[in-house]
Amino acid sequence: MNTTLRNPEAIRLADIPLLDIATFRNRILTAVAEGGRVNALFCHEQEDQAHQLFALLAHPGQNTLEGIAARIGGEYPALTPECPQVHLFEREMAESGGVTPVGHPWLKPVRFPARAGGPPVGHMDFYRVDGDEVHEVAVGPVHAGIIEPGHFRFQCHGETVLHLEISLGYQHRGVERALIGGPDIRTLHYMETLAGDTTIGHTTAYCQLAEALGGIRVPLRAEALRAVALELERLANHTGDLGALAADIGFLPTSAYCGRIRGDFLNMSALLCGSRFSRGLVRPGGVAFDLEPVRRAELQKRLLAAQRDVTGAVTLLWSNPSVLARFEDTGRLSATQCRELGLVGPATRAAGVDQDVRADLPHGFYRFFQIPAAAMTSGDVFGRAYVRWLEIQRSIEFILNTLSALPGGDVTAHPKTLKLQPEALAVSLVEGWRGEICHVALTGPNGRFTRYKVFDASFHNWLGLALAMRAGQISDFPLCNKSFNLSYCGFDL
Amino acid sequence: MITTIFERLKQGYRTQRFPPAQDTLPDRLQGLPAVEPDRCRTDCSQCIAACPTQAIGRNAAGRLSIDLGRCLFCGECEKACPSGAIRFSNGYRLATRKREDLLVSGNHGIRLAEALNRETLRLFGRSLKLRQVCAGGCNACEADTNVLNTLVFDLGRFGIQFVASPRHADGLLITGPVTENMREALLKTWEAVPAPRLVIAVGACAISGGPFIGHPEAHDGASNVIPVDLFVPGCPPHPWTILDGMLRLLARV
Repeated sequence: MNTTLRNPEAIRLADIPLLDIATFRNRILTAVAEGGRVNALFCHEQEDQAHQLFALLAHPGQNTLEGIAARIGGEYPALTPECPQVHLFEREMAESGGVTPVGHPWLKPVRFPARAGGPPVGHMDFYRVDGDEVHEVAVGPVHAGIIEPGHFRFQCHGETVLHLEISLGYQHRGVERALIGGPDIRTLHYMETLAGDTTIGHTTAYCQLAEALGGIRVPLRAEALRAVALELERLANHTGDLGALAADIGFLPTSAYCGRIRGDFLNMSALLCGSRFSRGLVRPGGVAFDLEPVRRAELQKRLLAAQRDVTGAVTLLWSNPSVLARFEDTGRLSATQCRELGLVGPATRAAGVDQDVRADLPHGFYRFFQIPAAAMTSGDVFGRAYVRWLEIQRSIEFILNTLSALPGGDVTAHPKTLKLQPEALAVSLVEGWRGEICHVALTGPNGRFTRYKVFDASFHNWLGLALAMRAGQISDFPLCNKSFNLSYCGFDL
Repeated sequence: MITTIFERLKQGYRTQRFPPAQDTLPDRLQGLPAVEPDRCRTDCSQCIAACPTQAIGRNAAGRLSIDLGRCLFCGECEKACPSGAIRFSNGYRLATRKREDLLVSGNHGIRLAEALNRETLRLFGRSLKLRQVCAGGCNACEADTNVLNTLVFDLGRFGIQFVASPRHADGLLITGPVTENMREALLKTWEAVPAPRLVIAVGACAISGGPFIGHPEAHDGASNVIPVDLFVPGCPPHPWTILDGMLRLLARV
C-alpha cells in the first residue's frame, strides 16, 4: 500500500499505511538512497503510551509526497547512522517526543525545553578537540549585532576552524505546544511570528494546511496575491542579505544601497497590507486585502524603480575583484554534502542541487506559473550570494508578470468558521526565502490539532553552516553565517 | 572604481526627514486606535472575544479600553465591532514612559513619552549608546530596529548608536517576551551596563509577552525581569515609531 499526498493535502489517518518498524526504516533508507529526501519525521504519543512514528518522503521526479507510519514502544533502531539527514529529527524526538532512537551517534539537546530533570540551556557535552595550541572560542548567546541569540563553539588551531558546534534553544517560546488544541484566535499570530521575517512563508503554509483540512477552495486572485507577497518577502530578505554580505567584507556602497532597497521592498508589502512584515495579509480562505487598480499601478511603479536600483547596487559586487576574492572559495559545501544532510533553499541550490518547492511540489499560484529554480555549482559564499541575485531577478519578473494579468474575482472564500476534518493528517509546504517550510498537522476526533509540527528551512540548514566552516578561518565566520542567514526562533519554536 | 562612483550618483540622496511626512506612511498602516464611547454598546463583547491577546477589556464603569502593550494591531476587534466603535488610524506615535499610559479608552490618544529628567538628559541627551538584546523576539522587531542604522533613518544624526558591548552602553533595547532560556543572559547583560542605565522595551512581546502571553516558556515581557523606562508598542512597531520614542526620551521631539 502506498499513500501519496499532494501539496497541500489532508488524508484520513486510517489511510496512512501502518508499517512495522523494519519496513518503515527500509522505506526511508530506500527513498533516500534513490535520491529522495525526508521532509518530516516525528513521533506522536498515543493514548495507550505507545508511540506512532510518521514520515513524509519526497521521491525524485515526483510532485507528491509519500506518507508512512509505524507503531513502536519507547525505542527503535536509529536511522541516523545509515541516513545522516535525519540526525536532527531523531534528536528532537529523543528530547521532546519521549522515544529513544537506539544507536544514534549523539543525542544532544535541541531546544532545551524547560522541564523537570532537563539540562539548563547551553549545558551540554560539546564536541572538543584536544592538543597543543588547540583552543576553543565561545560566542553568544548575546551577539554583537542586532540579531537573535544562539551559542557557537569553535575548536580552532590558530586561525583554522577544526570544528564548529552550534547550540540553540535560547529563543524557545513553546509554539508547537501552544498550537495543540487549535485552531483558535491565537493560531494565526503564532504562524506570523514563528520566524518574523518569514511571515508570509509560514502563514501561507498554515493556511494551505487549514484549507486542505477544512475543504476550503481559495479563489485564484487570492492565490496570486499570496504568491506576490511571498516573492516580495524573498526580495526584501535576499536584498538585505546581499547588502549584509557586502558589509561583512567592508564593501560599503552595496551595503548602504541594499540596506535601503530592502526597505523599499518591505514598504511594498506595507502598501499591500499596512505591515512591512506582511502581518494580517494571509488568512484562511484567501487574503485580507485586495489590490485595487490604483494600488496595483503604484506597486508596479515602485517595483520597476527598485529593479533599477537593486540591479545597479548588486552588479557592483560582481565587477569588483576584491569582493569576488573574499566570496569565492569561502565556506564551500559540495552537492554530496548538501544531499546527505538534506539541506534546502538557496544554500543547496548554490551547490548545484536543483531543489525548490515552487517547482518540485507546486502549490497555489505556482501550479500555473512557475519560477525556474536558480542554481549555481560552486557551493561557496559566492554561490549562495549569486543564487540570491538570480532569485531577485526572477522574483521581480514573476511579480511584474502576475500583476500585469492579475486574475479577477474575490480575494477570499469567506469561510465562516474553520471546521477541520477529524482524525486526519495534513501537510503543506512552501518555498520560503530560506528554503523549504514544511508544516504537518494531526487532528483528533473533534477536528482539533493533536499535533502540529513546523520544520523551518533553518531546521535543516544550521548543520550546513557548521560544516561550511570546517578548515576555514574563524574570521570568515560572520561572512559564512550571513551567507546562510538562518532563523533562530524558526528553529527554536 | 568609476562605475562605483557613477552608481553612487544614480542611487541619489535617500535619507528621510524626521518627523516623516504623513504621505510617506502606508495608508493601511495599523497605528493608534480610537474608541468611540458613544457608539460602543455596553451589552456587547464581540471585540473582547475577537482579541487574540486579551488586550481589550471594560473597566468598572463599563468603559472599553485597549491595552496597546498587549495589542498586536491586527484589527480583529475593529472588524468584530458591529457599531464601528473601534477605529485604527495610521498614527505612528505610540511610545510611553509608563505601562499604564498605554491604555486607550477614548478618541483623545495616549500620553506620549516624556523626556528624561534633567540629570539623565545631561548624560545621554547628546550621545546615547544602546546594546540590543533579543530575548525571544521573532526577528521582526529586531529587523525594524536594525533598519534605523540604514541611510534612510540615519540614527547617528541624532547621536544614538547601537554598540557591541554592554560595557560601552548607556542602556538596553529589548525585544521578545524574555524566554526562560534567555532570562539569565538578559540579566547578565543588564548588570554589565554601567548605571545609570536605560531600558527600552520594543514590541508587544517585550512589553507584555505579545502572542506568547501566559506561556510557561517565557516571562510576559521585560518589565517582569528588569525595570523598563520606555515602552514602544507594535507587532512590530514601525521604525518611525521606535525612533519617535527614543527622540521623545531625549527631548528631541
